[in-house]
Amino acid sequence: MAPDPSDQERRARDAIETLARAETGRLLGALLRDIRDFQMAEDCLQEAMESALTHWARNGLPDSPAGWVLQTARRKAIDRLRRARNFDRKAEEYGLLIELDQQTVDSEAPAAIPDERLRLIFTCCHPALDAKTRVALTLRTLCGLTTREIARAFLDSETAMAQRLVRARHKITKAGIPFEIPEPDHWGARLNSVLSVIYLTFNEGYSATAGSELLRHDLCLEAIRMGRLMLELLPGNADCEGLLALMLLNHSRSGARADGEGGMIALEHQDRAKWNRQEIAEGCALLDSALARGMGGVFHLQAAISALHAQAPSHAATGWREIVLLYEGLHRLTPNPVYLLNRAVALSYASGAEEALAALAPLEAELGAYQPFHAAKADFLRRTARIGAARQSYRRAIALSANESERRFLESRMAALDQPG
Amino acid sequence: MKYLALIYTAPGASPDYGTPEFGPLMDAYRAAGEVYQRDGVMLGGEALQPTSMATTVRVRNGKTETMDGPFAETKEQLGGFYMFECANLDDAIRYAAMIPAAEHGSIEVRPVMELD
Repeated sequence: MAPDPSDQERRARDAIETLARAETGRLLGALLRDIRDFQMAEDCLQEAMESALTHWARNGLPDSPAGWVLQTARRKAIDRLRRARNFDRKAEEYGLLIELDQQTVDSEAPAAIPDERLRLIFTCCHPALDAKTRVALTLRTLCGLTTREIARAFLDSETAMAQRLVRARHKITKAGIPFEIPEPDHWGARLNSVLSVIYLTFNEGYSATAGSELLRHDLCLEAIRMGRLMLELLPGNADCEGLLALMLLNHSRSGARADGEGGMIALEHQDRAKWNRQEIAEGCALLDSALARGMGGVFHLQAAISALHAQAPSHAATGWREIVLLYEGLHRLTPNPVYLLNRAVALSYASGAEEALAALAPLEAELGAYQPFHAAKADFLRRTARIGAARQSYRRAIALSANESERRFLESRMAALDQPG
Repeated sequence: MKYLALIYTAPGASPDYGTPEFGPLMDAYRAAGEVYQRDGVMLGGEALQPTSMATTVRVRNGKTETMDGPFAETKEQLGGFYMFECANLDDAIRYAAMIPAAEHGSIEVRPVMELD
């Protein structure tokens, strides 16, 4: 019996969607090894995927869908080069590509796809591209997200995001951003740039400032997926372990952070039974492994703070003293008044709100326009029974608040000042 | 690839000829130049007279018009350039960062357009 054509088409479509999400990085990496032009590699890959849809819907899936797409994309590239005016010169440059095509014609089995994803991620996260472009290009290239999905996550129009991506690919080619793993003397800074892009992606998803909840949550999952990829490509790298641990530990609380109406729930009031134990266990194991290597970077210290929260049986029984010390460590590594603000909050639970108020005073000059500073101050004032002053601080915080759920949260805290107890 | 490294500095930011700081600055340029020669990456490079010496030229309707001064008045002015031949942008950035003016001004690294 012949297969139902509509069924076969659906299977082809599903296969391509899966392929795009799982293999875009590997396929583009393999293409870029032979085609120096990033935009052309991307275009050839897109065309190959479109051809795949037609062919697979008609003839069924090939043995190696990824191999089929890579070979087709290479042929599309050769076709484009043949059509170019200066083929003779290019033929020399692209000899390898033509050779590769010949090889796959001679032997029926598709050759293994080389894994060039590490070079690719260093290229996409190159510091000569601006930070937002790095995130967008990495999501498109390594995670296979569509331009529309990335645009929606950034609240940009699809056209603007498409232009940003095209400009980035052209710059990579025309400015000679290398498709290389960095030299040892730049390794630290360049790896840091990659890990920051991943963490930025995670935070874009985690801090629900705007945008569709669902897409934002997807960004967290993509960032975790990239964190896993980096660890797979650089096994035993303590910084990669630290970052993945941090993301898993923070993400473990994502199911307990929001109420039914999208309002945020403070750590103190979260239902700890809703925390994801599996992510906590994995995050803690990764952190232990990283710390055993003797490394103590920013990601490790932040992950350690997150782990102390994750492992505490209750808000009161949290290792607040250790958290105070970890924030001090963070501030020593990269001085930032926000670390000191967080330290003051931890101090309020370790030593009392009075001491925390004293720790807050010297930060006012730098953080006077920062909403969380006033929210923390209001809370310390409330806990030391200075109700009038607490109300004033809540008002400041509300005035500085950037989104609705934050504002609602602060208003409910202010209203609670009037309730006895 | 060829890269043009354009050196921009604010007037007064670089030490003047005759001041005690001028000598060390020239030594630093010489040292950078030696590295460029050693690595065989320098295709050329010059320092320019200040923008007050500039003349801007336009041809309109076949007529040459000249104007005293630079094309655009900017706070940081183009003071010189190097042309490098490098494998990639990472190398170009490394050599550009050796230009002494990078410490008080800015170096714009521009790839040269390659015509097919």
